[in-house]
Amino acid sequence: MVREAFERELRALEGEVVALGTAVGEAVRGAVHALRTRDPDLAERVDLADDDINRRRFELEERCLALLATQQPMASDLRVLTAILHIATDLERMGDHAAGVARLVIRMGDEPLIKPLVDIPRMAELVVTMLDEAISAFVRRDAAAARRAAARDDEVDALHDQVHRELFLIMIQDPSTITQATYLMWASHGLERIADLVTNVCERVVFVAEGILEDLNQPRGGLG
Amino acid sequence: MSEHVAPPVLSTRKFSLWYGSHQAVIEVDLDIAERQITAIIGPSGCGKSTLIRAFNRLNDLIPGVRTAGEILFRGEGIYRRGVDPVAVRRHIGMVFQKPNPFPKTVFENVAFGLRINGFQGNLKDRVAQALVQAALWDEVKNDLHRKTGYDLSGGQQQRLCIARALAVEPEVLLMDEPCSALDPIATAKIEDLIRDLARSVTVAIVTHNMQQAARVSDWTAFMLLGELVEFGPTREVFTRPKDSRTEAYITGRFG
Repeated sequence: MVREAFERELRALEGEVVALGTAVGEAVRGAVHALRTRDPDLAERVDLADDDINRRRFELEERCLALLATQQPMASDLRVLTAILHIATDLERMGDHAAGVARLVIRMGDEPLIKPLVDIPRMAELVVTMLDEAISAFVRRDAAAARRAAARDDEVDALHDQVHRELFLIMIQDPSTITQATYLMWASHGLERIADLVTNVCERVVFVAEGILEDLNQPRGGLG
Repeated sequence: MSEHVAPPVLSTRKFSLWYGSHQAVIEVDLDIAERQITAIIGPSGCGKSTLIRAFNRLNDLIPGVRTAGEILFRGEGIYRRGVDPVAVRRHIGMVFQKPNPFPKTVFENVAFGLRINGFQGNLKDRVAQALVQAALWDEVKNDLHRKTGYDLSGGQQQRLCIARALAVEPEVLLMDEPCSALDPIATAKIEDLIRDLARSVTVAIVTHNMQQAARVSDWTAFMLLGELVEFGPTREVFTRPKDSRTEAYITGRFG
């Protein structure tokens, strides 16, 4: 086996993708937990943690660029490195959406919830599951698992549509709920966007595993 | 880089070559497309240089060489009985690893092939044209009869050898590691030149510099232990090779 140092750094970068994915998953869970339990302190921590995610994304990018510049990777190595660059960007954007949800919690203050939250936490669980599956498919180079993870985006979209419909009804019945209902719509939209970004990660996994660029997030008829 | 399929100028059909009892090339089927650049890559001893030398019968003089199968130039077998290897080489020129200018003036270096072929046209024009084509004209136009090939830098010498090969207007230019003795800047100039040349000449290049193959060629052939393992558009071969041996070689995980 030659190119040991290259191989080691490539594996280390993959490890960092896993770690960054875990941090993003925690941010999503934390933000939605803070929303459900009205915990502005937790929301604050999630928002702050996003700076760390942003910094780690740049570090990951720098290390990828260093390998591209110095090692001239080819074939599957090239696919993995360009995939990591894309995945790092997608993870960073997911982190931004999670922080956005956390900031809504801070903005909403201690105002009581207009409705018990059921579907938004379900969306969050689904999104984090998708993300975990996508990242583990990346590590295992498992295109089939990536396609399965991406397919769950439809469930997230359906929940998002349901949340929208429900909030519309509440707003029509009682216009005083409009401000908070709008915030909740933003939260739902943020989660829906995260799921879309997970499908991007899944596309990269398929590219790494099979060398083909495949659209795993076809446009659909609903909201979002 | 263009990837459309032009009709092949050179084709091998189950071509094999032996040095004594050692088989260096094993039943290779390869098409070299017209006015495109085909790179042949592979580790040392894979048969790539042997194959490219077979394209203009340079192996003929090596004792104990035997071939089987065919190499077709525009459909005609170049190893068939009665084919003159000198005539083959007029159509299919070769540039070697180390620049090999003659100890003559720049002009005579380029005119050499024309003179031995009994060229009847305007020698001065043809020499100038070949030097322009080889991107050397501006650097030597005032010293054509004053400087010898040896007075030029390594990169200039290699371009001089390319001009010498181009002067007889070959249809195919074979290049065997043309940049391995050159520095990066001279290499970049030759690579630019190769791309320019491919507008009028078919180029086949042997290189062990994979980045060079990736940069300059339209098609890449990967050889291993005398066999052609994979052949396809360069972009495909370097981003998603089909054969695991190609993958192992181009990612540097060989051995």
